[in-house]
Amino acid sequence: MDYHPWLPNLDYENEMIREIGVNSIDDLFKDIPEEIKLKRLLNVGYSKPLSEYEIYLRLLELENKNTKLRMPPFLGGGVCPHYVPEAVKFVISRSEFYTSYTPYQPEISQGLLQALFEYQSLMADLLEMEVVNSSMYEWGSALAEAVLMAYRINGKKKVVIPASINPYHKKVLETWTYGKEIKIKEIPYTNEGKINLEVAEKEIDEETSAVYIQQPNFFGIFETDIEEIVDLAKKKGAITIMGVNPLSLSLIKPPGEYDIDIAVGDGQELGLPLNFGGPYMGIFATKWDGKLVRQMPGRLVGLTTDSEGKRGYTLILQTREQFTRREKATSNITTNEALMAIANAVYISLLGKSGLRKLAEEIYKRSHYALLEFEKKGIGKRKFNSDFFEEFTVSFPISYGKIHENLKARGIYGGLKISDNDAIFCVTEVHTKRMIDEMIEEVKKIVETS
Amino acid sequence: MWRQANWDEPLIYELSSNKKRKQGIIIPEENIDVKIDIPEKIKRKNDLEIPELSELEVVRHFIRLSQQNFGVDLGMMPLGSCTMKYNPKVEELTSRVVENYHPLQDEDTVQGILEMMYEMQKWLAEMTGMDECSLQIPAGAAGELAGVLMIKKYHKTKNRERDEMLVADTAHGTNPASAAMSGYKVIYIKSNQEGLVDIDILKEVVNSKTAGLMLTNPNTLGLFEENILEISKIIHSVDGVLYYDGANLNGILGIARPGDMGFDIVHINLHKTFAVPHGGGGPGAGAICAKGELKEYLPYPIVDKEGGKYVLRTPVKTIGKIASFYGNIGNVIRAYVYILGLGPQGVSQVGKMSTLATNYLISKLKDVKGLELLAPHRPRKHEVVFSAKPLLNDKGVTALDIAKALLDRGFYAPTIYFPGIIEEALMIEPTETEPKETLDKFIETLKEILEESYKDPEKIRQTPQNTSVKRLDQVKANHPTSVTPSYRVLRLREKGVIKILK
Repeated sequence: MDYHPWLPNLDYENEMIREIGVNSIDDLFKDIPEEIKLKRLLNVGYSKPLSEYEIYLRLLELENKNTKLRMPPFLGGGVCPHYVPEAVKFVISRSEFYTSYTPYQPEISQGLLQALFEYQSLMADLLEMEVVNSSMYEWGSALAEAVLMAYRINGKKKVVIPASINPYHKKVLETWTYGKEIKIKEIPYTNEGKINLEVAEKEIDEETSAVYIQQPNFFGIFETDIEEIVDLAKKKGAITIMGVNPLSLSLIKPPGEYDIDIAVGDGQELGLPLNFGGPYMGIFATKWDGKLVRQMPGRLVGLTTDSEGKRGYTLILQTREQFTRREKATSNITTNEALMAIANAVYISLLGKSGLRKLAEEIYKRSHYALLEFEKKGIGKRKFNSDFFEEFTVSFPISYGKIHENLKARGIYGGLKISDNDAIFCVTEVHTKRMIDEMIEEVKKIVETS
Repeated sequence: MWRQANWDEPLIYELSSNKKRKQGIIIPEENIDVKIDIPEKIKRKNDLEIPELSELEVVRHFIRLSQQNFGVDLGMMPLGSCTMKYNPKVEELTSRVVENYHPLQDEDTVQGILEMMYEMQKWLAEMTGMDECSLQIPAGAAGELAGVLMIKKYHKTKNRERDEMLVADTAHGTNPASAAMSGYKVIYIKSNQEGLVDIDILKEVVNSKTAGLMLTNPNTLGLFEENILEISKIIHSVDGVLYYDGANLNGILGIARPGDMGFDIVHINLHKTFAVPHGGGGPGAGAICAKGELKEYLPYPIVDKEGGKYVLRTPVKTIGKIASFYGNIGNVIRAYVYILGLGPQGVSQVGKMSTLATNYLISKLKDVKGLELLAPHRPRKHEVVFSAKPLLNDKGVTALDIAKALLDRGFYAPTIYFPGIIEEALMIEPTETEPKETLDKFIETLKEILEESYKDPEKIRQTPQNTSVKRLDQVKANHPTSVTPSYRVLRLREKGVIKILK
């Protein structure tokens, strides 16, 4: 290979070797023992460097191997399809943001720092919590970090979670806390799909490090006894953690109104595509309490002034980080999801106060409409008699697996199967009334012909 | 003279009057007869404090901010250990393959994505000399955590009591943090006069409590641990696990493989070695790979092929999940494109070309007054760490001052806060994508700064002057009475609601 667009110095090899004063590039690797040197080309990619057009063709081929659907999937599980405005994509594609790095040199990175400060500020107002870090990986790991943080603060090893927690987040929590041997106790849910307060009273004790509440929970249901749970936790000296869907917070009480210690969640629903599981955007917030803020994982951007008194932005409280504290750091996180945080900031700014509320109302209405239609057509019933947002659980008279496979054959992706006859459906602003009607009509045909 | 944009751009809150309604996007509405009936007990009470703006105002605001920011597309970013290489634009074609697919869709509906993941797993295993890879991890540090948890579970399964994790003092700060997160006591292994692991110290420290050693090779000084086979033997002699931090893989890619050196587990930072845009600090993407028995402990799922179809599999002793779904697949596919574009020939050249660039820089900078270099006779791989201590002693100019002076001249700065074992560190990593012409310009600029530091040190201490803001007050930014991590804090402090951060 003599030339390659991404390897500009191939033809400078001899010149550079001469300047260095060695005979060949191999001399620069003479400290690598001969027996471990690779003496062949790596067997990766295809047999030659592909041109841009050939790469395009390969990607097209991959794209065509995925199933085309007639409409966005009615699939949630904490990740829901939403429309991503072009302005959001446009801003995060700006290469000054896109190709930059963690702002270790703040003077030359003010744009990124201000945008992250604005993300932190907009999210703080949505959550009504004062301190939001500039992002974690995603909801599951943000929750795990919150539990590890509670352990660092009070040294206790029991964490109480609801059985209605998102099971995918639970898996992550289990893995991340394995090293510290944290014990996870579950509170079952009632027939209405909500936290069972009576059991919670027994489970939350003096040994409890942290209590987690998810609002709305995995079934999409609004928990209504949050005050009571927070009271129980406070009486026993446990740290309260609340997982939120930020999109619902223009309608319902944010964690700050409950005086929650730590809030976590995912910004995926605020301007990010499904991305087959990632990148997403872990939200992590605390109230104004030094004990919490100083134990917070991740990066924080704050205000300051420059040598001429002009407002500027910089990373703050870095003494918490692995950067200087190594094994005593609050967490190992360095690379986060900064660009996704900017996407969230642009999205929230575009919608504004009224847009956020309108969108939440529209999603609320459409998801309720879909459930009512299932019931009206006599093909599905609500599993839980509780109010919900975006996602809801339907019980079908026949096996849901059968409905699912038949829907799929018709280019429609239905809900998430959680038992033989039950599935959780997700309906958002990307599902028009016509799409909802069509999906339900197809389900009706399947139920009636079986 | 180089100058950065300076827009005095207000905060987005200050752009909105909050008195008039404005809309940045129309929310689609359907005529549906459903009443919103949220229980009173959980309704939001306080009005949202979110600004309202038109689309143009939002776009103009963020574009102005982008102009006050520096990325690789604007100029060289020689940040050591961060591997800030060029991100080929063709990578953006990838969005079509992954963007609109839900992670919980059935395997049969996402065969294209799974095929890509399967190929990546194989290629990453080939490049690291490992048996199997999992793409679960969203960034390098999460890969370290996965690796350490694998080590923990591995020993536990074998009923071995191991509570000490050895970490080289040339390691990234994330290594000890990851070990501590997993409940290990961290034991540092000092490096010798040459900047390599001190074998005698290692031998003394290794015992029946050793869970493993976390090492990167080449290390953060850019030096190849030439005794790696002996190190591997020492660790394995007590059944310890040798863990490879892949953050520095770039310098040897195609030249030598961690698996052949005796490493058992490897994490890879795909965003570094395989040119995924860093996005201002993320999203990244990673992989965690393992060899032999240890591959059964990898986080799940792994993509496998059965009868011509791609399926998801769970290793039998898996540590579980590191991320809720499959990791940052949107970025894994960008790395995939980098590999496609380089081909086996290009990928095999990465280590050579990045090492060539580093040693070229050294040859031009090693005799510059004000800088010194540990073990100058040793070739470097991906990066080189100079010390500006002579300059500090002579003229009171610090590595930080040099960094700021570079910013003033249109270059991003080298890494200066790390590694802790070199005082006044300037950790420079040129990568294989910077043209020789740019390397020459960087060398020339750094030389000028050093010369000027001797002539007029005060002038260098006054930098930067050409960036959006001048040098920032870090004390004020961090002081408990003035620390301001959000606009809400500013507002509440003005109202007297919140005070000192206790």
